[in-house]
Parts: sequence; structure tokens; C-alpha cells
Amino acid sequence: MTAEAAKKQKLSVPFDYSKYLRGGKLPHIWCPGCGHGIILKALLRAIDKIGLTNDEICMVSGIGCSSRTPGYVDFNTMHTLHGRALSYATGIKMANPDLNLIVTTGDGDALAIGGNHFIHTCRRNIDMTILVYSNSIYGMTGGQFSPTTPEGSKTSTSPYGAMEPNFDCCELAKASGATFVARATSYHVAELERTIKAAIEHKGTSVVEILDQCPIYFGRQNKYKSASHMMEMIEKDGTVSVKQVDKLPPEKLEGKLLRGILHQVEGEEYCDKYAKIIEKAQD
Amino acid sequence: MAKVKRFMQGNEACAEGALYAGCNFFAGYPITPSTEIAEILGYQLPKIGGKWIQMEDEIASIAATIGGSLGGCKALTATSGPGLSLKQEGLGYAAMAEIPCVIINVMRGGPSTGYPTGPSQSDMMTAKWGTHGDHPVIALTPSTVPEILTETVRAFNLAEKYRMPVFVFYDEIVGHMREPVEIPEPGDLEIVDRAKPTCKPEDYKPYDSNFEIAPLAAYGKDGYRFHVTGLNHGDDGFPTNDSKRIDQGCRSIMAKIENNLDDILKNETVDMDDAEIVLFAYGSTARSASFAQRKAREKGIKAGLFRPLTMWPFPEKAIREAAKKAKVFIVPEMNLGQMSLEVERCAPGIEVKGINRVDGEPINPAQILECIEKYK
Repeated sequence: MTAEAAKKQKLSVPFDYSKYLRGGKLPHIWCPGCGHGIILKALLRAIDKIGLTNDEICMVSGIGCSSRTPGYVDFNTMHTLHGRALSYATGIKMANPDLNLIVTTGDGDALAIGGNHFIHTCRRNIDMTILVYSNSIYGMTGGQFSPTTPEGSKTSTSPYGAMEPNFDCCELAKASGATFVARATSYHVAELERTIKAAIEHKGTSVVEILDQCPIYFGRQNKYKSASHMMEMIEKDGTVSVKQVDKLPPEKLEGKLLRGILHQVEGEEYCDKYAKIIEKAQD
Repeated sequence: MAKVKRFMQGNEACAEGALYAGCNFFAGYPITPSTEIAEILGYQLPKIGGKWIQMEDEIASIAATIGGSLGGCKALTATSGPGLSLKQEGLGYAAMAEIPCVIINVMRGGPSTGYPTGPSQSDMMTAKWGTHGDHPVIALTPSTVPEILTETVRAFNLAEKYRMPVFVFYDEIVGHMREPVEIPEPGDLEIVDRAKPTCKPEDYKPYDSNFEIAPLAAYGKDGYRFHVTGLNHGDDGFPTNDSKRIDQGCRSIMAKIENNLDDILKNETVDMDDAEIVLFAYGSTARSASFAQRKAREKGIKAGLFRPLTMWPFPEKAIREAAKKAKVFIVPEMNLGQMSLEVERCAPGIEVKGINRVDGEPINPAQILECIEKYK
């Protein structure tokens, strides 16, 4: 078979998601147009590319729409308390450093109620991948503003427009000490998969903020016509790839969020460091 | 051969007991008057390859403790009143998801920041009712430094056996007091490890209702993959909306206590056979009560002492029994009357007299004796 024919055949074989999904747990609870399913799909494809087995992964979440992800996947999974996923994950990782920890969380879960755990997890540089499904809203409770809601946005608790400035999740992660920080979107699916793969492969705390749309609660209140309209406006037109930054004039970058791997450095991982403490104590 | 005796502090005995029980995971946050436990374990655990972490707050430390337990470790955290308040959501999670762990609470004055360096016994009802929803509670209340060691071991055993959070509550006086402690040799005290599943991985159900207490696998260590949630769940650990299963789940976590009271309850009684005046006392207060009880007997007063080492579940049956002969229960406690309410509940029609102090000073024997003499 020629290389081209092989490529063609490979393309024609649909990706087998079933090996990662738990039988009988679908359909998921996410609303039509929600981007969470796209993220899950990219995550599973990234896991497949890396070649991790289901036993090697432990997925932990807090509370919210994004935090329902672990219920659908056939890994070691834990659905914990609002904001606390990273603390539970830290305990699991310390107890069993061989596990690959993936935390699925939302903007409210990670950055509001879990904000303290978020910055300290980043500071420790413990090896885990934090996927922040960032849709600027508390979806599960019906559309209240979150720490990533853009100022002026209407939500059920900001009927006159959100008055608080919003967090930049990636800047926060970087400043807190995370050694891998990236931003992706549910619009750029191939890039999303590559970014998640790089995040999992990175040793240390990896944070990926994934811009994601909530057409039901954020979209409707803020005059977006549809999910695809949101994806185009917020995720496509609202972002610029880090690879293009140098090529674009400053006016084209105004008000845009950067996409791609924004920060990656090597840093000693927490469990590795702890292993040295054990050696020292036993010496 | 004589056992090794060491002169040690209550909190030190707690750390010693934890290590004896096989504790290999600690997550905590500094708080007076329990900090020594974290400090000692921070030194000792790495020596045995155990895991120790200081988290960013009390909420994170109970969360990491539960995570460590699910990772297959025997996990401990230690705190005091303000930290106990913060830990409540995690404690409810551990009760609901049935994750073994031990929580030490060294009681200081409250409410709020209260009196950090002063003793109290004012968290007793927090132990029972602190977290929302109906939930099982086991709380042990040692009175002496040697007892802190042995009760900490018992707490781990109960946690592992019944798959739930177990408290050891003692006041600052016992926590910081120093006494000679006989260090147990391996084998002297029973050590219980949690039951592990033996079924095929595809058959494993972490909340299998065919068991009274289903075996618990560890993430990534035992070859089982499973789901854990704080939501009402079915046998397989996944959320359920089935009202029958929700009802069954809520009742079964309580039933494991109710059906095993003989195994969980523990108390010490002194001269209770003919006691007309019953002292109900725990923690350091029981030491004063014990002295007063002896003095009363010397004076020919029919006084007895009931000292619960398991406070929750409450020794209801034993108190009902004692109430048949007693004309009064005297309940000295460093709060404004908490356990006295439970005694009242179990001794209807009998007078229950509280001796209460919330000034950060211990209740002394003379105070109790004076009260006894009023009833002779």
C-alpha cells in the first residue's frame, strides 16, 4: 500500500471512542450547542495519541457542567466538591504518583470557589493537567456571572451588566507558578487536541484554558444568535494564535486573547521533590 | 521485658498512635492547639516513606486527606474548632462517599477564633451535626495521654472497617499535657485494614449493597476502575435519581453504625452498680470527675462515674440503664451544656445538672464535689 493509500484508509476508519467511554452513561447532560462535548472528544483523541491506558488515568472534577465529564469516561474517576477538585487530586497524586491526573473544571469552579486551590496547585507544580472549560458563566445553576465573565455582560445575576473585571486564567496560572499554560478553544478542534496532548505530556502542573460556549445561558442573554455564532465571535474572531502574533499589526491584536502554548518551562515536579525528601529523611 | 515508657505530650501520643495504626498519609494546615501533630508527622512520615503535605487551607487539607485515602493510604488530618468548621463539607463528602479517614480535633475555646490557647469541649455537637444532611458519626473522646494513643489507633481501625470518617476529640488540656506512655509493641494492639475487593474488575461495585460495608479498591493500585461522587449514587457509584436507591443509600450509611454499636461503643464505669449520683464526664473533665467521685465515695455518697470513650454514637442504652437507679446525672463539661442534652434525652424524668465553664479554665474536682454534696 502506498503511503497515500494508507493515509486515506486511516482517515476512513472512524475513531473508536467507545474504549474510553463508560457503557450506559450516555447521553451526556450537556445542552445542545454546548462546547463541552467537543472538549471531551479532543481529550480522548489526545489520550489515544499519547497511548495512555484507562488504568493509568485518574480524572477528578469539582461541581458544575464541566465537572460531569468524569462520569462518562472509563478511567479512575472522582466527582468531588465545588472548587475542590485540585485538592482531592493532589491527595490522590501524592498517594499514587504513577497515575496521570486530569482535572476537568469550569471557570467558576476553578477560579472563584476554587481560586485558592488553583493558585497553590500551580505553585506546587504537582504533575496534573487542569482543563478549565471556560464559558464565562455558571451553567449548572442557570447562568450567573463568573470570574471570567467579561465586564458588561448580562447574566441572571448581572441584569444591568457585570460590574467586576474578569480574571485572565492563563496569566493567573503563569504568575502562580504553573510550568505549562495554554489557551485553546472548542472552535479550533485540531489545535485543542494538540494542546491537550502537550499539556498531558508536560511534567508538572499544566493549565489549559479552553474557551467554550454556553449558548443557553451566556449566549441568549448577550444577543448571540446561536452556538456557532458564539464560536465565531468569541473563539475564532476573539483570539489570535501565538504563532501569528509577530506577523500581525498591533491594531489587529487589540482586544484579542492569545491562543496556543503561552508558557512552558521546566520545573522540578512536586512528587519528585517529595521523593527526595523521603530519601533525605531516611538517610 | 518491661515495655518502653516515654514521657510525652497528648498530641505527640496522637502522632505515635497514628503511626502505630499504619497511617501513611497526612494533609493538614497549621492551627493551635493541634499543630504538634502536623509537625511530628512531617518529621516522621517521610522516614517511613509516608506522604505528608501542608495544604493551603483547612478545606484543601480534608480534601487531600480523602484523596490520599482513595489513593490507598491510611489518611489523617488534624485541626481545631475554626478548622473543623471549614472541614465540614469534606467530612460530609467522606461520609457520603464512604471514604475512610481520621480527623483529630483538639478543642479550644469558641465560637469563632475564640480562645486559641485555652481548652474547651464546645465542639461536641459540631461533631454530630456539623455537616449538612443525615450522616453517620463516630467520635472518640480520650481523657489521658496514653488513651490518646490507643484511641487514635482505634479511630483508624473503625474508619477502615466502616469506611467512614472517624473523629478523635480531646480538649487542649489533654492535648498539651505530658504523661508517661507505654509504647505498644507491634502486635499488642489490633490493627484493621480496609477490605479489598476480590471480584473480577468488571464486576466491581464500590457501593455493592450485597455487602454491609462494600470493599474499597484504591485508585490505580488494585486493578479496579470505579467512580466516586458526593451525589446520591447506586451500587456502581454513579449518580442516581432512583428514589428507592437514594433512600437505601441514606439509610445504609447510618445502619452500619446502628447495627454495630457493640463494636463501636466503649466506655469506662466506676462504682455504677449502686450509683444514685452519676457523673457523666469525658476528656480532661473526666479526670476531675474521677477524683470527685472517689472523694464522694469516701464520704459515703453513692456516686458513680460514667466515662464514654465513644461519644458518638451516643451510649444511649447504657445511660437509659443507669437512669433506672440514678436520682441525678451531673454533667461537667467545658461548654454551656452540650452532652448534657443527650443525657437528658436518654434519662427522661431524671434531673440532669450541668457544671459548665467557658472561661478557658478547667473544671476542678472541688467544683464537682461541691455539686455532688448538694444531692447526697
